[in-house]
Amino acid sequence: MGINLKDASFEGWRRENGRMGVRNYVLILPVDDISNAAAEGVARNIQGCLAIPHAYGRLQFGADLDLHFRTIIGTGCNPNVAAVVVIGIEPGWTGKVAEGIAATGKPVEAFSIEQNGDINTIAAASRAAYRMVRHATGLKRTRAPLQDLWVSTKCGESDTTSGLASCPTVGNSFDKLWENGNTLVFGETSEITGGEHLVAARCKTPEIRAEFMRMFDRYQAVIEANKTSDLSESQPTKGNIEGGLTTIEEKALGNIQKIGKKCTVDGVLDKAEMPTHPGLWFMDSSSAAAEMVTLCAASGFAVHTFPTGQGNVIGNPIVPVIKLTANPRTMRTMSEHVDVDVTGLLQKTMNMDDAGEALLDCILRTADGQATAAEILGHREFSLTRLYESA
Amino acid sequence: MTIHFVVHDEGDSVGVVVVEGLKASNRISGWIMDQDKMIDFDAKSDIPIGHKLAVKPIKAGDAIIKYGVDIGKAIADIAPGEHLHVHNVKTKRW
Repeated sequence: MGINLKDASFEGWRRENGRMGVRNYVLILPVDDISNAAAEGVARNIQGCLAIPHAYGRLQFGADLDLHFRTIIGTGCNPNVAAVVVIGIEPGWTGKVAEGIAATGKPVEAFSIEQNGDINTIAAASRAAYRMVRHATGLKRTRAPLQDLWVSTKCGESDTTSGLASCPTVGNSFDKLWENGNTLVFGETSEITGGEHLVAARCKTPEIRAEFMRMFDRYQAVIEANKTSDLSESQPTKGNIEGGLTTIEEKALGNIQKIGKKCTVDGVLDKAEMPTHPGLWFMDSSSAAAEMVTLCAASGFAVHTFPTGQGNVIGNPIVPVIKLTANPRTMRTMSEHVDVDVTGLLQKTMNMDDAGEALLDCILRTADGQATAAEILGHREFSLTRLYESA
Repeated sequence: MTIHFVVHDEGDSVGVVVVEGLKASNRISGWIMDQDKMIDFDAKSDIPIGHKLAVKPIKAGDAIIKYGVDIGKAIADIAPGEHLHVHNVKTKRW
């Protein structure tokens, strides 16, 4: 094959703030759990919009509340979203979310339920959603260089084939995208345990290394403070163990194959924080698939690459999730969940450069609009990370 | 020719089974990825796809090496060709 990345391009939507999106959603975004019903009511009335219900947003405080706002606002700001209807129980926090999203320049309208009730709120918000679908469907796709595509990665239901083949495939494509000047992210802080020295050695500067280690050590302290066992069956998961992974160290070494051999870690991010320049970023994040992909989407990433061994079926409401596997049993039993088959790597019928190119080709096709397995199967997991109990 | 198991690096103490239905006493072929070498072996356990076999003699307390890195400690002696997993290896963390 041999894709020339410098000349590669995709057709997406150039948003008001200059970012390129590859999907064109009109989002009906609840601020809190009790506004889900109204948001879903709007989505039933108006074709072409998408409600993303979630479980939180009430009585949170401190850093946990900051993270809630950052995630909800970041989701609305994502370039795969054309316009947003925000619905919350009261006008204060609802307005705060709408203002945060409006900073991108995209159309946003806010609706609150108290003193209106669900029925009137749904009626008013449906009219706004109607206008936004008209607006969004009238927007033209434009061609942009591959460099403008932000690509995230996180693996799930990993097994030993992940570390042998599917994670190194992401690593191969990340090396090429990194050299091309793309903006990239990986994370899963707990799942680096046993390989932290290898990630630290890849950090571009001593300052970035110190920040990475601070994040790593903080997460270890949380685990040490709360653990009641060696975490076996939680990390590695039951599925990981079924797939042959024995220890967290083994899982971590497979996981970090995703950052390839050439990329340096060019910066670190807090959860749902937005990168400020191209390069490979480390995000201090949960290792749970839906939480991590939700955080990547909130940070502005437009396409996600997801190696799996045993067959994690995850998707995301606004970001296409591209899955790849090298496990022949997973291909035999659940191929409808897989976008890129790299089983050939384990029988030497495919080499790593071929696999990396196959993934890049899928990334470009997905950016151009081809639906991923998760999109076709309706996987829209939107999972907010919580830091501690509510007030 | 079928590759039955893959070893990341020739210094590793384990390989990964990459075919379904591997039985004890099967004569099996392994690929050492980093050095691109083939080795032959006798499986001494039934080993599911994705699970590991020892490719070196391992004593209780020994570090298990995979990717050239320590991935945990043996809690029992493990002979070459035997199944190596949570029943005989534990994490050194947590």
